[in-house]
Amino acid sequence: MNVSEFFAMGGYAEYVWSSWLLTLLVLAWNVLAPQRKHQKLLEQLEVQTKREQLKNSTHKT
Amino acid sequence: MNVFLKFYHRLGSPREFYKISGTLIPWFGSISLILILLGSYLGLVVAPADYQQGESYRIIYVHVPSAWLSMFIYAVLAVSAMIGLIWRMKMAFVVMICSAAPGAWFTLLALITGSLWGKPMWGTWWEWDARLTSELLLLFLYIGIIALYNSFDERHLAEKSAAILAVVGVVNLPIIHYSVEWWNTLHQGSTVIRSDGPSMDVRMLWPLLIMAVGFNFYYGLVLLLRARNQVVIQEFRNSWVRELLVNKGERS
Repeated sequence: MNVSEFFAMGGYAEYVWSSWLLTLLVLAWNVLAPQRKHQKLLEQLEVQTKREQLKNSTHKT
Repeated sequence: MNVFLKFYHRLGSPREFYKISGTLIPWFGSISLILILLGSYLGLVVAPADYQQGESYRIIYVHVPSAWLSMFIYAVLAVSAMIGLIWRMKMAFVVMICSAAPGAWFTLLALITGSLWGKPMWGTWWEWDARLTSELLLLFLYIGIIALYNSFDERHLAEKSAAILAVVGVVNLPIIHYSVEWWNTLHQGSTVIRSDGPSMDVRMLWPLLIMAVGFNFYYGLVLLLRARNQVVIQEFRNSWVRELLVNKGERS
């Protein structure tokens, strides 16, 4: 089997490859989205902690 | 037994869960990646063409693992909903709500890839057939659980309501599985999970099983990633979450 035959998928290329592509997109998105969210949560946490530290230090003086 | 109980308690505690998930994530990630790549290679390149459907049948290697996973995730979701309702285990509702989105995604994927397979083989994108309709109902169940959960401001109320819907919806699972036997459907019958064993050629069966296991590890990965976020959100005010930042600072 040569490469062009492989990509032609016996005339069903659009159906087979679009199924595969969609699967790839869903798999990628479902892993990337929560990782990005995790990053954001940690940043949010950092901002919150700094704000509270600032509040505490101004109270003392 | 003691070890098991200890592990159970550790998983039940959000803080311990966060720690354990950090070590498990890379394992689930690499195992699922390897299995899905191997399964794709075997399914697209090595497995022979089907005597009836030619090359188009290769859609099976993404369609069937997605469909199986859509049902497996629902089973996990419903069982954790039940555990949450009965034993009020903190992490059970986290597993429940973090399974809903990936479950909906895989149900959608099973429906779309099925449609892409149906068009060349059946001559139609969609048919109101028992299998297809019950799988569509599964998608609505997932969306309903997510919507119900998000409609409450009070978390415990949200968890309980979503859990009750999840437990009731479990009746749909046997309907999906047996739909091809109970009704006269356009969808083909089971070729793998049969009482007389799989009716598929082994060269076609292996890639399918490898993909299915790979998809399950992938779900484990997504669940861990999502549950870890959920735990941070729920415990935002607790000191251990604040300590995460210190640890993060030390590492970088």
